[in-house]
Amino acid sequence: MSVGFVMLVHTALDRAEQVARHWALHDCPVVIHVDKKVSRKDHSAFVSALSDLDNVRFSKRFSCEWGTWSLVEASQAASELLLQEFPEARHVFLSSGSCLPLRPVQELKDYLDERPMTNFIESVTTEDVPWTVGGLDEERFTLRFPFSWKRRRRLFDAYVRIQRRFKFKRKIPEGLVPHLGSQWWCLTRQTLTAILEDPDRATYDRYFSKVWIPDESYYQTLVRLYSTNIESRSLTLSKFDFQGKPHIFYDDHMQLLRRSDCFVARKIWPHADKLYDGFLSENAAIITGAEPNPGKIDRIFSKAVERRTKGRAGLYMQSRFPNAGWENGLTGAPYAVFEGFSELFENFEDWLSRMVGARVHGHLFAPERAEFAGGQSVFAGALSDSAALRDYNPRAFLTNLIWNTRGERQCFQFGPRDTQDISWDLAKDSNATISVISGAWAVPLFYSNANFSDIRKEAARLQKIEAKHLDALRSFYAKARVRIWPLAEFVENPMEPLQTTIDELGTRHRLTEAPRIVSLDGFGQFLQNLKNQGMHPHLMGDFPVSHTLHRNKKKPSKPYLVK
Amino acid sequence: MSTLRNERVRLPYFLDYYRALGANHFLVVDNDSDDGSRDYLAEQSDVSLWTTTASYKRSRFGVDWLNWLARRHAHGHWVLTVDPDEFFIYPFADTRNLRALTDWLDASSIRSFGAMLLDMYPKGPLDSKPYREGQDPFEIASWFDSGNYMITKNPKFGNLWIQGGPRARAFFPDNPARAPALNKIPLVKWHRSYTYVSSTHNLLPRGLNQIFDEWGGEKASGILLHAKFLDTFSNKAEEELERKQHYAASHEYKAYAAKLKDNPDLWCKWSEQYINWRQLEILGLMSKGNWA
Repeated sequence: MSVGFVMLVHTALDRAEQVARHWALHDCPVVIHVDKKVSRKDHSAFVSALSDLDNVRFSKRFSCEWGTWSLVEASQAASELLLQEFPEARHVFLSSGSCLPLRPVQELKDYLDERPMTNFIESVTTEDVPWTVGGLDEERFTLRFPFSWKRRRRLFDAYVRIQRRFKFKRKIPEGLVPHLGSQWWCLTRQTLTAILEDPDRATYDRYFSKVWIPDESYYQTLVRLYSTNIESRSLTLSKFDFQGKPHIFYDDHMQLLRRSDCFVARKIWPHADKLYDGFLSENAAIITGAEPNPGKIDRIFSKAVERRTKGRAGLYMQSRFPNAGWENGLTGAPYAVFEGFSELFENFEDWLSRMVGARVHGHLFAPERAEFAGGQSVFAGALSDSAALRDYNPRAFLTNLIWNTRGERQCFQFGPRDTQDISWDLAKDSNATISVISGAWAVPLFYSNANFSDIRKEAARLQKIEAKHLDALRSFYAKARVRIWPLAEFVENPMEPLQTTIDELGTRHRLTEAPRIVSLDGFGQFLQNLKNQGMHPHLMGDFPVSHTLHRNKKKPSKPYLVK
Repeated sequence: MSTLRNERVRLPYFLDYYRALGANHFLVVDNDSDDGSRDYLAEQSDVSLWTTTASYKRSRFGVDWLNWLARRHAHGHWVLTVDPDEFFIYPFADTRNLRALTDWLDASSIRSFGAMLLDMYPKGPLDSKPYREGQDPFEIASWFDSGNYMITKNPKFGNLWIQGGPRARAFFPDNPARAPALNKIPLVKWHRSYTYVSSTHNLLPRGLNQIFDEWGGEKASGILLHAKFLDTFSNKAEEELERKQHYAASHEYKAYAAKLKDNPDLWCKWSEQYINWRQLEILGLMSKGNWA
């Protein structure tokens, strides 16, 4: 008992010859179909190169085009020849010129001998197929496809549209349930002859000759008529990318292919010398007896597909520059923005960085320079603190910062004094947690010793800017987690909001100290003065004129404890 | 394909680097070198050499020369257009040669392949370690900026416009708009109807500039390691400034000359030292896309 190979060949004839010889020398008959597009000269050179082997035959040549019936015709003719010429063949293995055996031929023979009646062919109903490209699954069987997809894509698409519009449907021959699967199979003589010698074959052939990509459905469907002993998987390892093109194997896949324990893999790059030398040499003939396990390879290739279709969130680079809304996350990781905290608390940034396991920056968007943690002039990724560079492309500054610090949470201060171009991006970024003490920008003004008329002007300017920013944060488009406390409300009970904010960041250890609020004695009067000058400070909430915060007069006597 | 002037000391390593990657043939335009570059190139059996004394500036910085050569000789071939200080890196460059890349691009129906320019620099002043002929320049200039690049879309040609890196950081912190473009599309399956517009930054027809994905995914891309910042740079900057043959009234070279007087150190504690292409891919400077 033995297995015979049908090989469909169209390029890299030297490699096909090498593989055919390998099989033939291991007592496996081979029937080769050479694409009619191969020149007569190349063809005859190929034939004569293999003429020393008496168990290699060449079948009638068809001109093959991807996705068309010609491929099925070629495999039919070659299979018939193989079955007829080599009666000892019990299984027929369909392969291509770019297939490479990964395990000793004897192992494949043993494997098949142990399963003499089993057909290895991936065969899945259309409802269960996730891999179809171009949205054609069921319609493959019910529409007509007279135009080449490769060469006349527009006509192909237009004709599909027309048929959909007029609800055109072909009738599927009675008794057939459309199945799809990898075109590389290994069938038993019994099943294959049943398919090829069926009295209704002419009907089926006529039907399938107009189906889209029939080499993925002809045998896969018909096999269900004649056999119940079907292992719905291919013995050929073959991975497809997101456009339905097969992935190619190179020399550096050697170890992966070894460990896959698959019998045959495709496609192999024709210049992958190490793979051909390695797997076709007798040294490779280590019998493992293992079941094929393509899982490891699967992971690598499905990761490649994911990278190509989804990409790395938060990354902007030369070959990934998503349109608005397609970023899959404007930035790469969660970060926290504090507004008004460093104005209200003494040394808030130092305190915060002591409390949480995160990098705490100052006002990254300050008009003078980006205030990186620790006063650095350059930060992760060699990001410069130059305000001009930052403001040239503020979004790139933010996304770069978050990308460059993957694995470390970033916090920074923001406020109405800062460059505001980033305002909407912050609001729309679901990775941002923004905590705002609105109106806290007035505290530094309260402490400043500028002329009051200048203070009044500045207060009006900052209030206008912050109001606009808050509109963004509260807008319908905002995706950030936003908390806003008016200053008056916050100072009434600062611990609770602080605690929630800190808890979210994940404390490094138990909080042992509270930050100190700057003295606000006389702040109410300061606001009243602004009002008296005709300005209306409203973002800080209702601050009583005579308000004094007793607890702020002295240092907090007790450490601030959080459960 | 390359155009150059007075790069004799760089040539041996340059040619060997690309030979090792699997380049079959070099097309070189020599713009009036007087340092022996021409003789050296003429001796190489795999170099086709053209010589011109015409103006670099008036040939739109050599682009016209190269476009013509490509049109004449490169139709139907994959062409890599690089300067003598640009070294092409792509996914799997350590195990797969250029032929593997172009075969894959062909199979994927991709006509052009992007490779951002990555400025490499030494640690310490530029002239602290002199470059010797035949030496790997990245033994000296082994550092780069990993994450300070700024991208906008160029609506006219549909390409991305990338600025940043050490040149923006050190030479143009106050005038970022002048910082040089780093986006490059050096590898193209040439058709006689194609043309480079501005250096290898962009091409016509516009479809060739679509080397980036707009729907969240990543296309495969490479890097051009840029060995500009060696001890040879100060002389070059002065010479180029005198010749006044560079882009935008040589603004770029004026900025260099101004800074170079102080012999700057481009290195900072956040600089990354180059290891291999996998490092560049992890940092997000290039991508494997769906090539696995």
